[in-house]
Amino acid sequence: MIPAANKETVISIKGLKKSFDNLTVLNGIDIDILKGENIAVLGRSGSGKSVLIKIISGLLKQDSGTVTVLGQEVDKLNEKALQELRMKIGFSFQNSALYDSMSVKGNLAFPLVRNKRNLTSKQVNEAIESVLNDVGLSQTINQMPSELSGGQRKRIGIARTLILKPEIMLYDEPTAGLDPITCIEINNLIVKVQQQYNTSSIIITHDLTCAKTTANKLTMILDGKFLTPGSFEEIFNSEDAAVRAFYDYNFINNKLQS
Amino acid sequence: MKPGMNEVENIPEKKLLISKKVDAFFLSIYNVYIFIKRFFRQAFSPPFEFKEIINQCYEVGYRSLPLISLTGFITGLVFTKQSRPSLAEFGATSWLPSLISIAVIRALAPLVTALIAAGKVGSNMGAELGSMKVTEQIDAMEVSGTNPFKFLVVTRVLAITFMLPVLVIYTGLIGMLGAYLNIHQNELTSFTAFFNSAFKTISFLDIISSVVKATFYGFTIGIAGCYQGYYAKNGTQGVGRSANTAVVISMFMIFVEEMVIVQFVNAIR
Repeated sequence: MIPAANKETVISIKGLKKSFDNLTVLNGIDIDILKGENIAVLGRSGSGKSVLIKIISGLLKQDSGTVTVLGQEVDKLNEKALQELRMKIGFSFQNSALYDSMSVKGNLAFPLVRNKRNLTSKQVNEAIESVLNDVGLSQTINQMPSELSGGQRKRIGIARTLILKPEIMLYDEPTAGLDPITCIEINNLIVKVQQQYNTSSIIITHDLTCAKTTANKLTMILDGKFLTPGSFEEIFNSEDAAVRAFYDYNFINNKLQS
Repeated sequence: MKPGMNEVENIPEKKLLISKKVDAFFLSIYNVYIFIKRFFRQAFSPPFEFKEIINQCYEVGYRSLPLISLTGFITGLVFTKQSRPSLAEFGATSWLPSLISIAVIRALAPLVTALIAAGKVGSNMGAELGSMKVTEQIDAMEVSGTNPFKFLVVTRVLAITFMLPVLVIYTGLIGMLGAYLNIHQNELTSFTAFFNSAFKTISFLDIISSVVKATFYGFTIGIAGCYQGYYAKNGTQGVGRSANTAVVISMFMIFVEEMVIVQFVNAIR
């Protein structure tokens, strides 16, 4: 069970708009995310879910609107300040984005040694062992990313973000392309991360089971705007045809899988 | 332009000025200018990535040695073999060492080394960075607090810019060795006599101009390879295209630079 969130706002988005050429993907997004809160963002492919978290992490720049993360407006930060802010944000990519040329140990050490240059090799090794234990993959430390399964890659990707002890986690399709059992493991890991590291998270997903298991609140991007965030039941009972279509598809899919 | 933003992608879309292809050509030149400007800005601002530069020097320099050695040796040997009949007609085979040294040091060593490096190192940079781009590894680096441009691009461009002149000198020596073996086999010229004759005709300007040329070639290969890779798109197809375009542009620019530098050096000779 996800613990109740407290009142401090860690991410505040006001009037966010983003277009690519003539295609508007985000058309006035407003949301506040509180400390300790997990929010799942649902939506069809191409609806702008991933664009949203890329703007939050400063990988993309919005056309208009403000994105405030931990009290700082992301697009107004200079390079150094943005780098410092990014150390507090963990980003788990859809395809894990592990560095192919490095082992698991190298992948985990990379953000640590580059951002905390005064650490001894013993401290780095301890931190690596600790996050590997947290994601349950201690045995993979010397393996290369190409030797890992999809689920293992996801978990190592999450471990790589956890090593900097982030305050915010952004998950981009954490269960995409995984079998149902591995999906459950990843969902449990997301909940464990929130409890153990006291993170606030945005979980971009198509998977209703993932959304229900991991998030306190759900929302959906429809025509570039957020549906009013609510609990799973509140969104589930929506009369909106697009929301119903999304739910119905998921339930048919889940039924087939089971 | 905000740091960390993709400068090329942030250029606003505008109406076509001439035609799609012509506009794209001029836009790509502008993008390369922005890329080079960013390179110089980041290359001279701390923190410096010394460890990664040395690592890349090893990759670019040391790992190219077998191929460079073979091609340099064959170039010297074959050029000597092909030049002999023409000089023999005039009974001037004794001029072979000086002819070969001028050809190898002034033109062949820089060109052959640069073309080999464009094929091997340039394509490798395009493919490696392209692959990292399309699999979001560059984005992952950026969100984990590392400046990927400095870590991936600046280090690679500096490494090839530093290492190509070294490889050119090495190729020149290996090429001369190939030439010597051929001359020794036919004319029984001694090693000392060959090198004495060869280096009499080579001036300091020849060596300096070759090193300067190699520096420009190295920079060109690095920028072309990294630019193509860093802005790769369209998945695996885009990676292949990046590697291919990096090689084609590098080779074309090497010949253009060769032409310009030769004119300049001849003017001051």
